[in-house]
Amino acid sequence: MGPVNWHTFFFYLYALVACGFGVAVVISTNIVRMAMYLIVSLGATAGLFFLAGADFVGAMQLMIYVGGTLVLLIFGVMLTAQGPLISLRTSGGDWIVAMLLAGCLGALLIPAGLTVKSWNTGRPDVKEEVAQSGAQAVLVSADQKPPVPTAGDMPDVNEDGIPDKQPITAAPLGLGLLGARVDKLENVPAALRPGMSGYLLPFEVISVHLLVVLVGAAYLARSKRRAGNRS
Amino acid sequence: MAEALANYVWPWLAYLLVGVLQAGLLLIVPLVGAMFFVWIERKVSARIQDRLGPTRCGGKFGWLQLLADGLKLITKEDLRPADADAVLFRVAPYISLCASFAALLALPFSNGWVAQELDVGVFFILAVVGLEVFGVILAGYASASKWSLFGAMREAAQVVSYEVPLGMCVVVPVMIAGTMNLVTIGQLQAGLFTNWFIFHDPFTFITFWVYFTCATASVNRAPFDLAEAESELVAGFHTEYSGFRWLSFFMAEYGSMFAVSGLAAILFFGGWNGPIPVASLLGLTPEHGPVLGWIGNLLGLLNFVLKCIFGVTFMVWVRWTLPRLRIDQVMQVCLKYCTPIAAVMFLGATIWTFLLPGGGGLRSMPYAQRYVLNAPAVEAKPQAPAAKNVAIDSGSAVNDVTAVSRTAPGGE
Repeated sequence: MGPVNWHTFFFYLYALVACGFGVAVVISTNIVRMAMYLIVSLGATAGLFFLAGADFVGAMQLMIYVGGTLVLLIFGVMLTAQGPLISLRTSGGDWIVAMLLAGCLGALLIPAGLTVKSWNTGRPDVKEEVAQSGAQAVLVSADQKPPVPTAGDMPDVNEDGIPDKQPITAAPLGLGLLGARVDKLENVPAALRPGMSGYLLPFEVISVHLLVVLVGAAYLARSKRRAGNRS
Repeated sequence: MAEALANYVWPWLAYLLVGVLQAGLLLIVPLVGAMFFVWIERKVSARIQDRLGPTRCGGKFGWLQLLADGLKLITKEDLRPADADAVLFRVAPYISLCASFAALLALPFSNGWVAQELDVGVFFILAVVGLEVFGVILAGYASASKWSLFGAMREAAQVVSYEVPLGMCVVVPVMIAGTMNLVTIGQLQAGLFTNWFIFHDPFTFITFWVYFTCATASVNRAPFDLAEAESELVAGFHTEYSGFRWLSFFMAEYGSMFAVSGLAAILFFGGWNGPIPVASLLGLTPEHGPVLGWIGNLLGLLNFVLKCIFGVTFMVWVRWTLPRLRIDQVMQVCLKYCTPIAAVMFLGATIWTFLLPGGGGLRSMPYAQRYVLNAPAVEAKPQAPAAKNVAIDSGSAVNDVTAVSRTAPGGE
């Protein structure tokens, strides 16, 4: 029996589930089942992220896409799915347009994916880079298994009880959003460092934008009654 | 473990065996744990109602009742309504069970004893526990029954609403610890019970009670069990289920109760660190050898599981004490009380942590310090002091970063 690379095995398993249920979304005619297949497909994609060691992106995928589709399923689909919507028949014209669009996208994405050399060969320098900056969590190439912590080999611990060895974490990313580019400290001349405010401004702009959307949604969904005429 | 085993059998088999073993150990919690918790629920509810509960099955305390319950449910006929959506109806209970089981993957049971140590463990558990509602909604829809659909819609509204205050409560201890890694959060609370985050400041103390209220609501337990309100909806979303599929829903519910109790134990009650640090007093730490460290970890495991069982028992106690809320009251509790209180507690804990000298700023320091102060110092240690003063844009520094820069000179 030859060696089985479990990492590769699970990669193909998740990829197969994601693609298979993606196709099922297209083929299915029942709108609730479509949403369910979509959730399975998105969940398998989250599994791929976890497999690549990108825990934060994987958890985000679960929280936003899977959870978001769930809410869509509840309020958009289940409550409105009556009569003609319960089974959607796709007409021939729709199929042609969809095939055309999907074909164009596929023609772009597949060559783009296949031409990344390091995905096939693996970059020996990636691991050192990651160990130094501690920020590029996603760059772990697919054939390197993320280190599995066991009770036996706990990392060295300093006096604060915190491991000295820096694991790949999402903390630099979070600090970058809060204004401190801890991953770039050694790259920039000292005079420029006070100006490195990270991604705080885009982060704030997005937050305010979301707040405006929330207030707008609450305004649109408000009760239409006037104050004077309660009956 | 897998590497050690690989010396004796084929490597692929070693990895498979170790994986199956770890998954099996985790499966004990929702499967055996559910039976045990059902027994606890029956005994506690009986005592609250001035009864004895099961006494005959298996001698004292009716301890065999849990096996009898399980056997009865497994041997029941598996029914399916004629109008039901066959695939979704069958698959729904298992989705619930999988979601509640997956939450345990990131839950550390003792110092370093965790199936997968995730850097964003708190976030992962919240994301996965929220998915349990998916199975409930599918069950409600696929059953083709009015009761089921009503129950599912109530559950959906309730869980989606309560995720907001739940997330805000969880952020408070995460902010104090400066990390979302559950193992690190547990390690930061080592020592006496005064190190527990619930006693960190008055705000975390209140936050815990809000967290527990929201957790009870998000795992769909009384007094928030509107999805299965017996007096109105027969049995809510599982009206049409029987036998093992019905059992799956219950194992999922008890598994989730265990998961949110475990999360509370780690975030607020020190996880595996007891009220008195028995293990470190007796020298049962990894520094004194692997065997003693292992025994210490085992004590930690017992400690943690006891805290979880206490949390579940507390939920049972609440269930048999308080009457069920109406749906509008449920929403009112969430939007008018839990969310504002959680927001105020978050602000208060932030101010407390970063204004009081030594109150909490020191505790939140080490983890973030690693990144702000030591990040470039892997091979260039002398440059670190220069970096720390200028690393932060003074106008935009927030929370953690401010504290680190303020307390940094003392930390060096």
